[in-house]
Amino acid sequence: MIRRLFVANRGEIALRILAGAQRLGIETVLGVSDADLDSVPARLADRCVRIGPAPAAHSYLDIGAVVAAASGAAADALHPGYGFLSESAALARACEAAGLIFVGPTAATLAALGDKLMARQHAVAAGVPVVPGAAVASLAECEHLVRTLGWPILIKAVGGGGGRGLRRVEAPAQLAGQLELASSEANAAFGDPRVYVERYVADGRHIEVQLLGDETDVVHLGTRDCSVQRRYQKLVEEAPAPGLTAALERRITDAAVALGRRLRYRGAGTVEFLIDGRRDEFYFLEVNARIQVEHPVTEMISGCDLVAEQLAIAAGSALRITQQRLSMRGHAIECRINAEDVEHGLRPSPGRVSRAVFPAGEGIRVDTHIEAGSAVPPFYDSLLAKIIVRAADRAAAIERMAAALALCDITGVAVNTSLLARILADAQFRDGAVDTGYLERLLAADDRASARSAAG
Amino acid sequence: MLTHDDVEEILRLLDATPVEEFELETEHFKLTLRRSAAGGGWTQERETHGAAPMLAPAAPAAAAVAAPATATTAHGDAIEIRAPLVGSFYRAPKPGAAPFVEIGSLVTADTVVAIIETMKLMNSVYAGADGQVVDICIDDGGFVEQHQVLMRIRPLES
Repeated sequence: MIRRLFVANRGEIALRILAGAQRLGIETVLGVSDADLDSVPARLADRCVRIGPAPAAHSYLDIGAVVAAASGAAADALHPGYGFLSESAALARACEAAGLIFVGPTAATLAALGDKLMARQHAVAAGVPVVPGAAVASLAECEHLVRTLGWPILIKAVGGGGGRGLRRVEAPAQLAGQLELASSEANAAFGDPRVYVERYVADGRHIEVQLLGDETDVVHLGTRDCSVQRRYQKLVEEAPAPGLTAALERRITDAAVALGRRLRYRGAGTVEFLIDGRRDEFYFLEVNARIQVEHPVTEMISGCDLVAEQLAIAAGSALRITQQRLSMRGHAIECRINAEDVEHGLRPSPGRVSRAVFPAGEGIRVDTHIEAGSAVPPFYDSLLAKIIVRAADRAAAIERMAAALALCDITGVAVNTSLLARILADAQFRDGAVDTGYLERLLAADDRASARSAAG
Repeated sequence: MLTHDDVEEILRLLDATPVEEFELETEHFKLTLRRSAAGGGWTQERETHGAAPMLAPAAPAAAAVAAPATATTAHGDAIEIRAPLVGSFYRAPKPGAAPFVEIGSLVTADTVVAIIETMKLMNSVYAGADGQVVDICIDDGGFVEQHQVLMRIRPLES
């Protein structure tokens, strides 16, 4: 049983976890950096502990500071949220050493999934298809491999993930240079110079499966489509993934569950896949061993509170839901409102919010830590709010989201609501099943159109 | 804390009334619900009261890195390179790498002279003019405000 929970995160997810825990009668303690001492989550937590200065490296990413604060507050469990230390095997081990329950998978699972080659091997062993490719230790090995893969290829960091440490190579002439760069970048970013090479799958869709596991059993809570992304950062997500045949959806969820079972997975996790819709093929990408930003779309259609389930599993409970009793109703969409300036190439826009008006009503959920007067520090990511809607079907959900976005009124910092509205109004998005290159093409087309109108 | 289900419940009740605006205030927060002027739907605004309940008194926040105020007059006709946005100032592409420029470096308008990290994004800072770097005003890793002077360059005699 968890009586006092330490939340090692900030922003909207910190508030989401605090609120979820408080509803369960769990006392909450929030670790805050100097930049967040006056944040909304800090005011709403039962207690706060300062964990360090504003830069994340000295606060939210400092395992020693986080664990010392949680122990000092006599918490019995620690929830890491997403990002920051959420998938750190070292944090999971430090919690164990300090007698704290880590709300997440075991340290061994985190270590296995953090190493992308090891994760790939687990997928293969579970019978899950992976993109053709392999680890390469030298240029000669890489050249040999590419003869069977064909061009273009993707070089990935073994220690990477979340879209970081990726390099696409189009032609043989670039290979030697790109391979060396990728390896030295991987070493700088992840402390691990190892890279592997995969065939580049063009026009793929990003589809993922939500899992819950208790080390014995694993259930899935259906699919999400997160193909609307830019520089590997997701912007619009929905559940279920539109336009999948029942057979393909079944194969994807079966594959995710098979991998979860092989890992004896504990807690909430997501298996990400790349889908080649035209060929009805799918490939394993990676496992996100934590709660995800886009978890509310699954909650909206399943009625399941994923944070509550995480906490129950962490406290030692067996899974409280069975696959048979899970049923998905309707369609949900999430839009991420970021502090980004649409007029200036989506550059980040930190500052102070002067007004924060959000939509409310039937089928609308707003997850945010922002209100009038909130600081948006330059030290962390730009996510301000998530607008989530649910309706009977996808078309109705799109209408509801468009109306909800029109009611958003945020001033003081620049926000990306006009871009979100643009996507929702776009015929291709409305048709469904866009690929991961869709948003970049949309932005490029807008750039060309505005250049033409400026010239004319 | 109210959930979105709670707010939906309140709005279901309000929808049947002519109420235009509804305020709910407790010790911890105030919620304002307004019928949108455009006709469809409601908006919500929240206000959270009070200060963070600190377990131990917070140590004073680390003083912001003070930008050394270099005298502009010393450089005569030097051109200032200013921060395009707020963030952390880095002189090299990555830790341990050689700096983009040193004092004395020759630059053109599109030379990258530094990066500023804001909200996890790396933003290149361009020289903006042709010339020679004569002053670097901020230490590597220092925090800079938008428009703060980062470097000065002297245009070359043509």
